[in-house]
Amino acid sequence: MTLRHAAVARAMLAASLCLVAAGASAQARIRIGLMLPYTGTYASLGTAIENGFRLYVQEQGGKLGGRELEYFKVDDESEPSKAVDNINKLIKRDNVDVVVGTVHSGVVMAMAKVAKDTNTLLVIPNAGARAVTGPMCAPNIFRSSFSNWQPGYAMGKVAGERGAKKVATITWKYAAGDESVEGFKDGLKASGGEVVKELTLPFPNVEFQALLTEIAATKPDAVYAFFAGGGAVKFVKDYAAAGLNRTIPLYGPGFLTDGTLEAQGAAAQGLLTTLHYADGLDLPTDKAFRADYNKTYKMAPDVYAVQGYDAAQMLNVGLTAVKGDVAKRKELVAAIETAHIDSPRGTFTLSKSHDPVQDIYLRKVVGSENRVEGIAVKALADPSPGCTM
Amino acid sequence: MDFAVFLVQCLNAVQYGLLLFLVASGLTLIFGILGVINLAHGSFYMIGAYLAYALAPWVAAHLGGGFFTALAIGLLLSVAFGYLLEWGFVSYLYERDHLQQVLMTYGLILVFEELRSILVGDDVHGVAPPAWLAGSVPLGHVMTYPVYRLFMSGVCVAVALGLYAIIARTRLGMAIRAGATNREMAQSLGVDIRLLYRIVFAAGVALAVFAGMIAAPVSSVYPGMGNQVLIISFVVVVIGGIGSIRGALLASLLVGFADTFGKVFIPQTAGILVYVLMAAILLWRPEGLFRTG
Repeated sequence: MTLRHAAVARAMLAASLCLVAAGASAQARIRIGLMLPYTGTYASLGTAIENGFRLYVQEQGGKLGGRELEYFKVDDESEPSKAVDNINKLIKRDNVDVVVGTVHSGVVMAMAKVAKDTNTLLVIPNAGARAVTGPMCAPNIFRSSFSNWQPGYAMGKVAGERGAKKVATITWKYAAGDESVEGFKDGLKASGGEVVKELTLPFPNVEFQALLTEIAATKPDAVYAFFAGGGAVKFVKDYAAAGLNRTIPLYGPGFLTDGTLEAQGAAAQGLLTTLHYADGLDLPTDKAFRADYNKTYKMAPDVYAVQGYDAAQMLNVGLTAVKGDVAKRKELVAAIETAHIDSPRGTFTLSKSHDPVQDIYLRKVVGSENRVEGIAVKALADPSPGCTM
Repeated sequence: MDFAVFLVQCLNAVQYGLLLFLVASGLTLIFGILGVINLAHGSFYMIGAYLAYALAPWVAAHLGGGFFTALAIGLLLSVAFGYLLEWGFVSYLYERDHLQQVLMTYGLILVFEELRSILVGDDVHGVAPPAWLAGSVPLGHVMTYPVYRLFMSGVCVAVALGLYAIIARTRLGMAIRAGATNREMAQSLGVDIRLLYRIVFAAGVALAVFAGMIAAPVSSVYPGMGNQVLIISFVVVVIGGIGSIRGALLASLLVGFADTFGKVFIPQTAGILVYVLMAAILLWRPEGLFRTG
């Protein structure tokens, strides 16, 4: 090698070192990938989750674990067939450290698979698909929301205690609906009732009339319905319009009446639902959260905002324990696993399978609120069958 | 299933089928006569529903009318909107291939959805039916039936009859049929094809918007509602035969029955049943039940 060549080589080495250094300083920000529905039926849920997440970060002075954040957003359109491509955009193209998402259970299943294969930290701020923390559970996958089984189980228990012996269930035929009904059956069995008819229709079909006629012909003691968003509005209104609400009480998980009361109007009044959040919780954390959210976004928060808020809170616990060094994955995970999350819904811990262990409230629709009636089941943990972690 | 329940299920099927017809009739007109694959048709339905939601309070405050005044205003707006849309966008599509039509109309879906999100937000909303239609009538011992649903079915039947009369019995209808059969020939015989197409497109849009408005009190108003309707409408159009109003009516009722009884008897396969029906009918009659042109 001649002198000149050596000089060129040195210059190149210096240049590449500069590039590495530049890369490292860009790494100083934690890269957060938000994979949420920003269009379609669940668009407002996606926005609420992001709002909640950003609110917590803002309360921490714009940092988590002492480090600034950089956001990368992907609209998942609640479309399972695009889920793998979408999460790969975040992981491979944007090189994110953490993925936060999503709402739709079908999408989250695909996300969890990719997250597990690439060992990417994933925090699920809504989708309650049981499999994710069941057979697919992994150290790098957490949930800040609920499992579909939880509100269902609590409602089943309450329905049985209120004297429902023979119950019909109705839901969209997809994972979330099946799992919710499964929880309901477990809870109902525990309090002495049984499900005599299981009605389903394809997601996201909202032509309920045929199945309402079936319910009327079956005459059960009560009906348990799992629907959300536009479907929930239409079901509750159709149920009332068919006159069924006068003779057969309608129960459901909280999604049946959450964020939809304005649209449901009089048809929803008096409905009992179960969820891990409610209006009128007498908790200081909740009051502060609601005031802050109101001030920042000029609207009232909902359960989805709480879940987004807690997703950020869980990440903060982990990142603080490792002083913002995402490479120390083991310690980060251990910190979240043992944390007591001071959520607006009340303090919760995490189960072995990384699901929240939380109180499920019984709520009643009064006016435009889902008022808390009491605690349906205290510190309820999904048994997470199939998780070997 | 006892007989009373069976009858109620038949009513459910007819009622659903008639509403489908209202949306699909506009689609089949545009597809059959203009030859344009209009993916944005579901968006027009969505726009109609949101119009019903947004216009009702405005009308109550400024004009003092109720649901029907809002309906009339919405209908006028939709005709104007369809006319402008044809002039600005769709008229460029007649000579182009289907891929370009699909691209443009799909683009329109995205634009309309985004505008909806900006203007009205992403929340679910309810629309109240007029007070005198808000009640329910008892149907035997089985259940009660909302009066508004029965009213809706009546309106759909009226629209079906009106459409049939216009197309089969009027001069305009004759020109439309001529234009669909042979564009150039009709033009050389003195039919103003550009104007005719503009009218047909505006009518198609108005039908979808009208369907959205009239369905809003039962369907509620929510993001993405148009896409569900679009797919099933295409099924109806394909089964019925492209461009045939009569075919669309029959196909709507068929789909209504298949969907209703599918959900009751074979819930596991209810999701694919209408598509199986479509495939079976296409095997039997590749042009659909009634072919035109």
